[in-house]
Amino acid sequence: MTVIDQTAGAPAPGTTTAPLLEVRDLHVEFHTRDGVAKAVNGVNYSVNAGETLAVLGESGSGKSVTAQAIMGILDMPPGRIPRGEILFQGRDMLKMSAEERRKLRGRKIAMIFQDALSSLNPVLSVGYQLGEMFRAHQGLSRKAAKAKAIELMDRVRIPAAKERVNDYPHQFSGGMRQRIMIAMALALEPDLIIADEPTTALDVTVQAQVMDLLAELQQEFTMGLILITHDLGVVADVADKIAVMYAGRIVEDAPVHEIYKRPAHPYTKGLLQSIPRLDQKGQELYAIKGLPPNLLRIPSGCAFNPRCPMAQDICRTEVPVLHTVGDRRGSACHFWKETLGE
Amino acid sequence: MSDMYDTQSLVNAAGGAPGGLPVQEPHGPGEPAKPSPDGAREKPRSLWNDAWHDLSRKPMFYVSGLLILFLIVISIWPGLIASASPLACDLAKSQDGPTSGHPFGFDQQGCDVYTRVVHGARASVSVGLFATAGVTVLGSVLGGLAGYFGGWWDAILSRISDIFFGIPILLGGVVFLSVVKGGNVTTVSIFMILLGWPQIARIARGAVITAKQQDYVQAARALGAGNARMLLRHIAPNALAPIIVVATIALGTYISLEATLSFLGVGLKPPAVSWGIDISQASSQIRNAPHMLLWPAGALSVTVLAFIMLGDAVRDALDPKLR
Amino acid sequence: MGRYVIRRLLQMVPVFIGTTFLIFVMVYALGDPVAAMFGDRAPDPATAAQIRHDLYLDHSLPAQYVHYMGQIFTGDFGKAATGQPVTELMGSAFPVTIRLTLVAFAFEAVIGIGLGLLAGLRRGRFADSGVLAFTLLVVSIPTFVTAYLLQYFVGVKWGLASPAVADGAPFGDLILPGVVLAGVSLAYVARLTRTSVAENSRADYLRTAVAKGLPKRRVVTVHLLRNSLIPVVTFLGTDLGALMGGAVVTERIFNIHGVGWQLYQGILRQNPPTVVGFVTILVIVFLAANLLVDLLYAVLDPRIRYV
Repeated sequence: MTVIDQTAGAPAPGTTTAPLLEVRDLHVEFHTRDGVAKAVNGVNYSVNAGETLAVLGESGSGKSVTAQAIMGILDMPPGRIPRGEILFQGRDMLKMSAEERRKLRGRKIAMIFQDALSSLNPVLSVGYQLGEMFRAHQGLSRKAAKAKAIELMDRVRIPAAKERVNDYPHQFSGGMRQRIMIAMALALEPDLIIADEPTTALDVTVQAQVMDLLAELQQEFTMGLILITHDLGVVADVADKIAVMYAGRIVEDAPVHEIYKRPAHPYTKGLLQSIPRLDQKGQELYAIKGLPPNLLRIPSGCAFNPRCPMAQDICRTEVPVLHTVGDRRGSACHFWKETLGE
Repeated sequence: MSDMYDTQSLVNAAGGAPGGLPVQEPHGPGEPAKPSPDGAREKPRSLWNDAWHDLSRKPMFYVSGLLILFLIVISIWPGLIASASPLACDLAKSQDGPTSGHPFGFDQQGCDVYTRVVHGARASVSVGLFATAGVTVLGSVLGGLAGYFGGWWDAILSRISDIFFGIPILLGGVVFLSVVKGGNVTTVSIFMILLGWPQIARIARGAVITAKQQDYVQAARALGAGNARMLLRHIAPNALAPIIVVATIALGTYISLEATLSFLGVGLKPPAVSWGIDISQASSQIRNAPHMLLWPAGALSVTVLAFIMLGDAVRDALDPKLR
Repeated sequence: MGRYVIRRLLQMVPVFIGTTFLIFVMVYALGDPVAAMFGDRAPDPATAAQIRHDLYLDHSLPAQYVHYMGQIFTGDFGKAATGQPVTELMGSAFPVTIRLTLVAFAFEAVIGIGLGLLAGLRRGRFADSGVLAFTLLVVSIPTFVTAYLLQYFVGVKWGLASPAVADGAPFGDLILPGVVLAGVSLAYVARLTRTSVAENSRADYLRTAVAKGLPKRRVVTVHLLRNSLIPVVTFLGTDLGALMGGAVVTERIFNIHGVGWQLYQGILRQNPPTVVGFVTILVIVFLAANLLVDLLYAVLDPRIRYV
């Protein structure tokens, strides 16, 4: 216990100032036979304990790749991290040994994947796969691990957990499978959970249930949560702040309600306008024109310029920096003032 | 192979990036769609273009392709590199080693081993090609129809191919050919077609069933496309790739099977010139004159290797998921 | 499970009948067993007719088949060309071939899976290319060529293993023939294992296993290997039957008096009871192996347990 600690009354050293997780200037590229695909190009974001960060973007925007880099589950090669830092509780994970990082995975940082059916091993019972967390990390016996697995299944409200613990993933419904994924991530009560499109594969009604469960458990354990999604509807209810990604960069970040009221980047604005609304019934739905950029040949200047309704000459030549546009808000647009002020 | 025509997935699979990176041709509306001088490059690459692109960068493809070309040429015109008759033998030279003009030496009957090795290519290559062509046509038609129409026709065909799979091909060959007697290129090929077609039929059936379930095929059906049009325009191109792969590899194994049957004395028979026969005759003298066995055995192995290598290269090119 | 087994058994009946009937037709209908008995001499027509009647050959083909199968199920397989009952030949031949098959199977499973894992886990590296080249070579060289080469070099020239097989076929003598018999299957097993490992190592659930922070050893053994070996085990099962039937060449070259050798003799001497009898047993073995594989599959992969 340090002096600072006592005066601040914080549970662990450094937590008063340093966030739980901080990503600094992260770059990730993939070497393919057609060239180098730049998937992540200088991402910065941070999450505090108990806070939810939503990372928003189209597929290919680099949101999942960033998450995989944080988890340390990128395929390297073809992946490579040429630059950047990922600070977890103040320590750069990219400088840790493989064994140190492995011990953090599951225990301190856990991940929930999109498709629970393919993400669970089809030939092992869910009880075995849940219990494995305790056996591998805590050295529990097979029997004790199974008891823990049943406990976990109860906690995520899977009915008749005791009878179903020996069932296989394909015997559960989609919603139940996603609950099992959540249970697996929660098993060792980690400090940070990364959920990569956790509800995309589910029915709309089940989506809400799973999202509520996740949010509730996050509050219970005061975990940090990174929620990766392309669904703006999911975000509004659960997130504290939002980072919008495009072509491997963050183009806008802001507290959640600000962004819905007054977006500061044309891309975010386009995303918001493309949500169907009841009061616009009968009108044509807005769509951002064009396609996401080819990561092998990202457009020069602002990557969004070929699709942007506001693009000027400067957008084709100069990469915009993340301007501070308000309290804890940033926008990487040369014309953020015009976007905001409209 | 459901999405083989989808260039996007091909590129992604090749890149191996988790989560799938969108690697697309840039067609942003922001840039003017100017006509490219190289029109072919602007088109999205189809499966076949992509496969060719992949093959053209593989040394294995060129090595095996050239070897096969060479084999085909000398099976048609063996006189190009060996003008003597393979049946002109001089018993006085029995088992002699190599001399000038006879680089591989002489066999038991005093025939020139080099000439016989060159002339032996014809039997192997023709049996291989005939058998493969027959098996492919019969197998894809029967299997394709079974997969497309399903029902009782499919059920019967599946049972029949089960029956053929129950007979080990070598055993069946020995029985069939010893009963038919008169082993020659035609009978050996016919036997292979009779016993080999279920292999292709299974592949074709599976491929057609997969293709049939594709959304765009369903759409074509909903638009009222007739059976013939459906099969030829929409399903056949999709089912072709796996059939080509299996057929190329099968070609190599048929050549090997012909030699084995000839070796066992039920395939081609003297005075036919076949590597299998020569190896069989040389086998009793392997301790005294190994050259009699090694040359035809080497030629046979290289031939089989060439076809299997080609099949391997084609498979890698057509099925990027296996990389 | 019980109903599954019964259904599979019932499905095998038509396959069994079809396969044996096919062989039966080939041997009896296409060749003339009576003429074969007399070799080059033309038999006296009255004697030939008598023999035909005795052998039930004056009936229609299906009737002959039913008659023959009826006899087989009472244990009467007829007589071989030497006058011995076929069952006697089987009694001496099957133990020999079973031993040879076991030796070959051990090589196929251990070396095949070993090489496949090596290649699959080190994909794209030197060991992988080496295994691919080796299997390509093994598949390309016909079995009878490999047999002679190994017999000559390993057995005779270098004296590393016994080039011939003594009476009774002791295991020590079966090493070389076992390797030859296993050859092509071994290469297939290696390639299948490699492909399967490569495919599964890209699977989502493997990424999950890594994300769970499991030690690498556990990720590989529990998650990667268990799943990857399912298709390999099933291939090995079906191959067991194929190995027994495929021993014709190997047994001839190494002069092993097993099933393949007896069958070959039966074919050369055109003795139908020997050929059809041995083939019938082989088909039963083949079907039994297939059933075993189906059951094994259901045990290994829970997804098909209730189908």
